Amino acid sequence: MKNVMNLQFSALSQNESFARVTVAAFIAQLDPTMDELTEIKTVVSEAVTNAIIHGYDNDPNGLVYITVSIEDHLIEMIIKDVGIGIEDVEEARQPLFTTKPDLERSGMGFTIMENFMDEVEVHSQPGSGTEIRLRKHLQNHKMLCN
Amino acid sequence: MSLTMEMEIKHEILCIRLSGELDHHTADELREEASNAIIRNNVRHIILNLEHLSFMDSSGLGVILGRYKQIKQVHGEMVVCAISPAIQRLFDMSGLFKIMYLEPTEEFALQRLGVA
Repeated sequence: MKNVMNLQFSALSQNESFARVTVAAFIAQLDPTMDELTEIKTVVSEAVTNAIIHGYDNDPNGLVYITVSIEDHLIEMIIKDVGIGIEDVEEARQPLFTTKPDLERSGMGFTIMENFMDEVEVHSQPGSGTEIRLRKHLQNHKMLCN
Repeated sequence: MSLTMEMEIKHEILCIRLSGELDHHTADELREEASNAIIRNNVRHIILNLEHLSFMDSSGLGVILGRYKQIKQVHGEMVVCAISPAIQRLFDMSGLFKIMYLEPTEEFALQRLGVA
């Protein structure tokens, strides 16, 4: 059975922790390991931070949208903004690449997403926003309980 | 959960002890506090104690790298200690331990900098 959850909130940095805790609470019903939960929270934090800083350039009038669906042990998350978009997605995904070094951005956001998830898709169009699709299969640890 | 910062000056070392969550929101506070403490106290080295840090993302890496660059200007060193396996993965991914030291405790970190 597929189970879906939607969130939408203002592009404010104080909502980053709200977003990752809420997504973690939703996927908790799949009984993930602590490591898996940390990975999901980190990835949500990365994508939401990108939407706020880059998508909306810190304009709190922007809205960030998250859809999470779970089915068996597959988690799919869509994290979206309707901000400025990314000119060159391939370049943006390179480790340590950042357009905002003056803000002490590390340029590691996409690299972390790629390391912690099974699949990362980035769909972006300059002027209309960015949508990140992230998929992860949880390990079936129920077997370990026997 | 937010971030709590405790700072202490020992000789010319700034010990920063973090607890809670270090993300984009709290990284701005840390940058401001740590940056001012470095300038005001003529700090040369930094020990970053992450024992009670429960969450960090790439914004944390950015602000830590920023402080590293700040003390490199006075030829200082940065030592990270008491890191959790989850947060260590982020450091490993970004290669930060190629430029800063890692020690198990603050005691060892002080020894690394030739104090205690």
